[in-house]
Amino acid sequence: MNKKRGQQSIIFKVPPTLSAAAAIAGPKEGEGLLGNYFDKVMEDNLGGQDSWEKCESYMMEVAITAAVKKTGLLMMDIDFILAGDLLNQLIATNFAMRSLERPFLGLYGACSTMAESMIIGAMMLDGGFATNIVAAVSSHHDAAERQYRFPTELGAQRPLGAQWTVTASGAVVMTQGNNGPKVTAATIGKIVDPGMKDTNAMGPAMAPAAANTMWQHFQDTGRSPDYYDMIYTGDLGSVGKELVIRLIKDKGSDVSSNYEDCGCMIYRESQDAHAGASGCASSAAALCAYLYPQLAAGYLKKILFIGTGSLHSPTSYQQKESIPCVAHAVAIEI
Amino acid sequence: MQAYIMAFLVGGLICVVGQLLMDLTSLTPAHILVLFVVLGGILSAVGLYQPLVDIGGAGATVPLPGFGHTLVSSTFEEINNSGFLGIFSGALKGAAVGITVAVVFGFTMAVLFNPKG
Amino acid sequence: MSLNDSGYKNQQFNQRYQKMYEQVKPKPPLVQNLVGAFVVGGLICTVGQVFQNYFLAMNLSVKSASAMTTAVMIFLGALFTGLGVYDELGRRAGAGSTVPITGFANSIVAPAMEFKREGYVLGVGAKLFVIAGPVIVYGLLTSVVTGFIYWLIH
Repeated sequence: MNKKRGQQSIIFKVPPTLSAAAAIAGPKEGEGLLGNYFDKVMEDNLGGQDSWEKCESYMMEVAITAAVKKTGLLMMDIDFILAGDLLNQLIATNFAMRSLERPFLGLYGACSTMAESMIIGAMMLDGGFATNIVAAVSSHHDAAERQYRFPTELGAQRPLGAQWTVTASGAVVMTQGNNGPKVTAATIGKIVDPGMKDTNAMGPAMAPAAANTMWQHFQDTGRSPDYYDMIYTGDLGSVGKELVIRLIKDKGSDVSSNYEDCGCMIYRESQDAHAGASGCASSAAALCAYLYPQLAAGYLKKILFIGTGSLHSPTSYQQKESIPCVAHAVAIEI
Repeated sequence: MQAYIMAFLVGGLICVVGQLLMDLTSLTPAHILVLFVVLGGILSAVGLYQPLVDIGGAGATVPLPGFGHTLVSSTFEEINNSGFLGIFSGALKGAAVGITVAVVFGFTMAVLFNPKG
Repeated sequence: MSLNDSGYKNQQFNQRYQKMYEQVKPKPPLVQNLVGAFVVGGLICTVGQVFQNYFLAMNLSVKSASAMTTAVMIFLGALFTGLGVYDELGRRAGAGSTVPITGFANSIVAPAMEFKREGYVLGVGAKLFVIAGPVIVYGLLTSVVTGFIYWLIH
């Protein structure tokens, strides 16, 4: 039987298991809400490396190695690694892969990459193409800031709607069989571009994509919002989160009681991150450091994890293009 | 004492105009710096900036419109002294110290320090 | 509002969504920002005045004293950027620290320092002018255009 459901969704026949997850984060994230949950918190934003880009690669290596170690597998048991980051030409990921020596596909879905990697990984496992797969992403605040916006030492004021790119990396190991949280369904998003151009308002730009994918997921699978204990979006921040609730309400559904955004789970109010966290690692840090252990322990039973990405570049922004956005949903159940 | 108060007031007000532009438009700091230098130059050309300098002292010369004023006023002075060629030689003559110092200290600090992020 | 219609260039959805966004968009704390810009900008200029008076007291001409003041302010802006203080100041003061010439120095040191890892020629040398370059370009264009008009009139 075909595993595709409805217009954009997949129901896995043999749902792959998430057998371990690990996350490493920077010092600001370490002082944040999830501080105690990270496998490792770096003392500074360089992590002993001599550039922020190298630090990001280092974080990804650490996250992947730690996640694999938790499963009891060896690195050579991993069939494929699916990973990505925010830097041009995926340098953080590509350079991290040099030492791991595993077959690897680099993926770019901006901040939705974690969900994207997990969906493709789950397909490979359910399709019988692999036994063990690692999905991983990273982002680094300073490396992203200098690529997308201004040098970090420039005395520019950040608007209240701006979000703070997370310095962290998260990795999950996905396997066939075993007990643990399973990926049961997924919905792949379409590009949605509400015509917004302000790169200081990425959450609001991505909210329609997130709501669109979430809504489509309910349509395709026949599940309702209250099927899930919690629904999480990746990095919409406080403003984008409010917009998703309103967009879904317009469709006649209410998710205000079981919906949270990962971007609102990383930093404390006092940390001056304004509208919340962003970046590939926003959703990955929340998933790998916090949600996965909650699922594994059975505190959460059914979640819908929606990675959200804004797919613009500094070039497209300077050419006054609006921001195309995408969101992919992964249903994780135990 | 009066000079300090006037510098504070005039300088502060020029910055308030910049802040209004930042908060109410989508101009980046780079756009605002460019805009202010051009505005300072134009105000200087029509004879409105020198009175501001007379009133505010450093309050008018330290903000970036003051840089535009330096460029334009020294161009005019050079035109008075050496005619047509002054159009092209005046500005950099007047701004020579500022630009050279900026490059030298900019380079030195960049070499000495590393960004903290 | 139909979410399914939220496709590319769906003007109707986009306009309605823009309205929805305006309702929840956080407003900048304008009064607080303006006070911050006024006080910090004013203080930086007052420091400038202190140097200006000092140089005038050393019997320098007004012009030389201004030039010396500019040099000192640029040095201070560059130094505090290097020390990692200026971006913290800017986060609070906004235009108050961007508009004074110290902000110009900050815009030179910040990219130059950050791109040192890309080498001294294409990193430091080129990036030094990322923001300062446009300022000088448009400043010079303004002075040449106004200078030409001035020359025509006189």
